[in-house]
Amino acid sequence: MSSELVFCIGLALLILAVAGFTIGVKEDFAAVVGFVVYGLLLSLAWMSLSSPDVALTEAAVGGGVTGALLLGACARLRTREKPAEGHRPGWINRGAALVLCAGISAGLAGVVLLLPDPAPTLAPPAREHLLATGLGNAVTAVLMAYRALDTLLEKVVLLLALVAVWSLAPDRFWGGRPAFGYRPEPGGPLIFLTRVLVPVGVVAGIYLFWVGADAPGGAFAGGAILAAMAILGFISGLSVVPAVNGFRLRFVLVAGVTVFIVAGLAGFAWASGFLAYPVGFAKPIILLIELAMIFSIGATLALLVAGPPGRSLKP
Amino acid sequence: MSVATIFGICAAILVGFGLFGLILQSQPFRKILAFNVLGSGIFLSFGVVARRGAAAGMGGDPIPQALVITGIVVAFSATALAVAILLRLFEETGGTSLQDDAPKGSKSEEADD
Amino acid sequence: MRLALDIFTIVAVSSGAFFFLAGTVGLLRFPDTLTRLHALTKADNLGLGLIMLGLLPHVAWPFVALKLVAVWVLALVASASASQLIARKVRGRRGS
Repeated sequence: MSSELVFCIGLALLILAVAGFTIGVKEDFAAVVGFVVYGLLLSLAWMSLSSPDVALTEAAVGGGVTGALLLGACARLRTREKPAEGHRPGWINRGAALVLCAGISAGLAGVVLLLPDPAPTLAPPAREHLLATGLGNAVTAVLMAYRALDTLLEKVVLLLALVAVWSLAPDRFWGGRPAFGYRPEPGGPLIFLTRVLVPVGVVAGIYLFWVGADAPGGAFAGGAILAAMAILGFISGLSVVPAVNGFRLRFVLVAGVTVFIVAGLAGFAWASGFLAYPVGFAKPIILLIELAMIFSIGATLALLVAGPPGRSLKP
Repeated sequence: MSVATIFGICAAILVGFGLFGLILQSQPFRKILAFNVLGSGIFLSFGVVARRGAAAGMGGDPIPQALVITGIVVAFSATALAVAILLRLFEETGGTSLQDDAPKGSKSEEADD
Repeated sequence: MRLALDIFTIVAVSSGAFFFLAGTVGLLRFPDTLTRLHALTKADNLGLGLIMLGLLPHVAWPFVALKLVAVWVLALVASASASQLIARKVRGRRGS
């Protein structure tokens, strides 16, 4: 058994232990911390599975931004009344759930063990068309060229989720600022952290998007890092969450989808159909779309964490 | 026994854990956490399929990887919406009960779930 | 030359791992939050730094090596700020 296998077995056991802890522990805060650790361990698992793009996205979105969201929610929910103990599920329910979940796990494990060998794969056709797109990273090519429609629809889903979150605001707060953020503490460690980290983070996010054309990276990981920097600014009090009916905010939010749709419609003019790219010009168009996308994604993710408007515009 | 098989079994067990937590946890906040564990287990099984499809000089099949990247972002937006709804429910009723017979909007009533 | 670099890597990474072990033992065995934070900084600063130092001879110079150093510096900044925040919270809760 090679050392790589031993490492993977150890990592898988650790992931299962942390996941079990997250599900089973009593306090909510411990569960959220366990979930963040679980997300980071999972990105190590993704690296073992030779998927660096997914590892970056999992660490940034799954571990980082989701962790910030859940920690904030846990803090807000901390003051709720303790649940009455009388409604714990009975033994029959627990046994039935255990049998069901064990059955589903066994079925899924059986499917994994019985996967066809040699495995069917779309890697060769993806590789042979890579030259036509001018990109070097196959995953970026899939996201932005072969299946660009899926990525466009995913951006729309993000926007819809944001609109749904905004619609949860009470009527009197509509159009105001989300109630997210604290007063800045002068000389405090958060101010220091923000001042040091945000410039580095912005550069790292934009670099990840730029280098994602040829190496692991991409717009989603870069956008998530930009969102994390924005959230850090809100938490430290150095920047205030903009009001949701601000024109500039809404412009940044829809810029990604708009550029994408415009490029798609232009595909009728300069190539064969919607979201088709002209030969030789694919890479600049893809990079332009991703540039608009990264700021939209960053703003959307940060605002999803900030939540619905809770303070009225007039102070 | 290869790397893909190990993580495939791990993904199957994670799906079981997540589903178990989703069914049995009474607090909605914990259900959201369990749902995320369930979702990431499913994504990991996609990653196993991608790893097995390594060919043409690449470490893994890029199509499932792209699907998973999309899925992670969409799962986050679903989680954000669920958390926002939960916080709104908490603001309105003072508790996070999902029972139908919860008293209407009064913080002083006992919160059962 | 290669042998010397390999020995250096093994020694550095092993001592880094030892500091991680020491930090974890401290995390589990120390009585309260402030002492546990003190143990964790050993893991973060020294442990990560030694591991990073041990990996430096094997990566392409200069860019990848500078990225490794940047990883260590960022981890230092983040853990220092987080430790300060936790310690202030604990002190605020304990004292008047």
